[in-house]
Amino acid sequence: MSYFVLVYYGLLIAASCVTAHYKMRSPFMMLFSLTIASAFFGLLGGEDWLWGITVCAALLAAAAGLAYSFREFLGMVLNPDASYAIRSAPLTASFGLLVVLVYVVAALFAPVIAPFGEAEVIGGAYAPPDDKMILGGDQLGRDLFSRLIYGARNTVGIAFLTTLIAFVSGTLLGLVAATVGGWVDQIMSRIVDTIMAIPQLVFALLLLTIFGANMTTLILVIGFLYTPLVFRLARAVAGNIVVMDYIEAAKLRGESTWYLITREILPNAAAPLVAEFGLRFCFVFLAIAALSFLGLGIQPPTADWGSMVRENATLISFGVITPLIPAAAIALLTVSINFVVDWMLHRASGLKE
Amino acid sequence: MQNSKHGVLLNIRDLRIEGRSGEDWTEIVHGVDLTLRRGEVMGLIGESGAGKSTIGLAAMGYARDGCRISGGKIEFDGMDLTTTPQDDLRALRGSRIAYVAQSAAASFNPSHRLIDQHTEGPMLHGISSREESEKDAIELYRRLRLPNPDEIGFRYPHQVSGGQLQRAMTAMVMSCRPDLIIFDEPTTALDVTTQIEVLASIRDIVDQFDTAALYITHDLAVVAQMADRIKVLLKGDEVEEAETREMLESPKQDYTKSLWAVRSFERPQKPPAPADAVPVVSVKNISAAYGETPVLFDVSFDIHAGRTVAVVGESGSGKSTAARCITGLLPPSSGEVMFDGEVLPADFRNRNREQLRQAQMIYQMADTALNPKKRIGEIISRPVQFYLGLKGAALKQRVDQLLDQIELEPSQYYHRYPSELSGGQKQRIGIARALAAEPKFIICDEVTSALDQLVAEGILKLLDRLQEELNLAYMFITHDLATVRSIADEVVVMRQGKVVEAGPKDVMFKPPHHPYTDLLLSSVPEMDPDWLTNLLEERGADNIGEAADV
Repeated sequence: MSYFVLVYYGLLIAASCVTAHYKMRSPFMMLFSLTIASAFFGLLGGEDWLWGITVCAALLAAAAGLAYSFREFLGMVLNPDASYAIRSAPLTASFGLLVVLVYVVAALFAPVIAPFGEAEVIGGAYAPPDDKMILGGDQLGRDLFSRLIYGARNTVGIAFLTTLIAFVSGTLLGLVAATVGGWVDQIMSRIVDTIMAIPQLVFALLLLTIFGANMTTLILVIGFLYTPLVFRLARAVAGNIVVMDYIEAAKLRGESTWYLITREILPNAAAPLVAEFGLRFCFVFLAIAALSFLGLGIQPPTADWGSMVRENATLISFGVITPLIPAAAIALLTVSINFVVDWMLHRASGLKE
Repeated sequence: MQNSKHGVLLNIRDLRIEGRSGEDWTEIVHGVDLTLRRGEVMGLIGESGAGKSTIGLAAMGYARDGCRISGGKIEFDGMDLTTTPQDDLRALRGSRIAYVAQSAAASFNPSHRLIDQHTEGPMLHGISSREESEKDAIELYRRLRLPNPDEIGFRYPHQVSGGQLQRAMTAMVMSCRPDLIIFDEPTTALDVTTQIEVLASIRDIVDQFDTAALYITHDLAVVAQMADRIKVLLKGDEVEEAETREMLESPKQDYTKSLWAVRSFERPQKPPAPADAVPVVSVKNISAAYGETPVLFDVSFDIHAGRTVAVVGESGSGKSTAARCITGLLPPSSGEVMFDGEVLPADFRNRNREQLRQAQMIYQMADTALNPKKRIGEIISRPVQFYLGLKGAALKQRVDQLLDQIELEPSQYYHRYPSELSGGQKQRIGIARALAAEPKFIICDEVTSALDQLVAEGILKLLDRLQEELNLAYMFITHDLATVRSIADEVVVMRQGKVVEAGPKDVMFKPPHHPYTDLLLSSVPEMDPDWLTNLLEERGADNIGEAADV
């Protein structure tokens, strides 16, 4: 039995005792169940598994520490109102914010950060990681790390644009339908129902085949397909707002529909719409990745996480993690955005802990 | 029951309750004592924020979300509720302590029949079987004088009227024969005529079963009918407590005296407008319908400059519909609305900006009448900008002037959001927004009914002063006759979409009345503790329900 194993169990048991003594219920439960689980895993997989657990725990702790410092940092630099909101945010939210920030920086400064060009062939096909290519090469010998950075720009940028289009058009139409009402509302709602009746992925494949798979049509087609969902939400939210007396007062003042929508209704509908924006962004993101995987999304040689997974998929059978890295990038961003959105929804709905 | 019949049932000592604001806890009830004997009814009165409801809930050992009981003792029949475990408290609530909420409509589950909800309590507490408690429910419905007691329980909450629902609620809390009932403003949301039925039945049933009760309300005249003793609260402190009669006749504290004096505000009635004057607003024979259902029948009245016309009636009488016809939200099916001698287009969309500017409206619920995402400055400046085209410094100056007019300090309120204001202040902002258009005519739709009496009086005085200064014509929609008495020049009584009676106030308040006007007038609670008893005798206890159908 090595020192590592002794120290490992010693620390866990000591920590469990300390938390139990100070009646910290949830940390104790966590530590003690980890101890028992470790005994089980130790028997099953030996020292290697314990190392695995240690690394995971260390990573989680590092993420939590990072999120904590980032939250404190934001709390110090922001103005008092925003600072209070940030300080009361859960760690998951600040972790999500941090990750999103990192992705945005990567996307904006991709040429500066990436060591090689997007389509530059550096080494052999499927080259293993070395000093030059820290994550190795892809099926054509391009640097995976550089393509990952450029992929952030393409995938995230396109997803953002697409979501923005869907939201601007969906919100506007939804608010108009709710405010004007009557047959305008009826016609718009029925059109939306019709669009939603067709399965989304099939519809997207159809439209992309008709109009050709380039970046502009991709953005417009997905934006168009997601508009109905936003429309329905905006219309439902606005439906509760248009019956308020302040809307009646504005109508009686003789205000135009445009003023009603932008000045009176939109500010009150903003919170759920922003939260929905985050969620919808993830879906669009996954839809683009799916389309790219199917070969109708972003076209080579443009780097994109979805196609990167597909192109390197053969490596999975050799037990190499390379194709999982772009997949992990997608997963991390999706989870992070959901952390942030959860927090915003929580704030907007006024729920308590 | 170890205590004698008139032993102490509830004994609250030095009760302190804290509420959370942000991350801090602030004390909102500062050490209140309260002693309630068996079979005794105590009235808790005070403005909103006085802590009445909080104390009422604490008497059940309960603190609302964001509140906690931080000190003191709550002894119920010898048990200290602050230390009783949650499970025991749960067993106690509903069976020995019961609670009647302000809005029965919101307290009943809309998807279960009344009797199913009634029998749930006794069955849950193992007091009686379903058959027994159903029989008991029907008996209670009968005692509470609900129509068709045998069948009414098998209806859903939306199928009975508000007053009946409130009585069904009272029957429900009675189902376990509790020792203590907490009534939290049970009649505040009801019309005066309906209120009487509910008050009378609550009083009877509490008498019959010798139940102790805490009666929470802000209406002094109501509490005078119901309570044996009255406790006055102000901002979480007790002001004074005394027997009802003694309290009404000789209040000791200044605050209590000021509460008592509220109802005395009455401005002198103005002389009627000269016969040849053109009325600002003239409603001529309008009828209106919502879809196929007619709601207004041939309604006519005139409103002159500088005068207030009060439109009175129960809910559903068509008074708000008349206002909607004037504003053009609901184009009448026949008849017309004249403004300064000219016919107004029926639909507000066809009116020009000038016509819209001249008639403004103040709403009942200031909460929903002000956009919560806009600052006070923006809310008031929009009409000034929109109608009068003022910009920049001139606009700011005008808004400051308006804020001054409604007695709010401009520098302090200009940048606030509506949620940072009290109910009365919000209502003032609603007034300022109406004034900002510089109108000739303002519709006040139940503007004071959501406010405490002291605050409401402030609003009435403000409206009166503005009328003097600006020669405004008011249409004052209300169901509260005390408000009519204090501010109206002319009164229009409406019922089921028709004008029943109309005329100058002094004539209207003197007999002989139309029977419906008489019913309305006599239903307004008075400060005399014997008022309800006398009234019931006069009307005959059996037909108070039918009295509404003269």
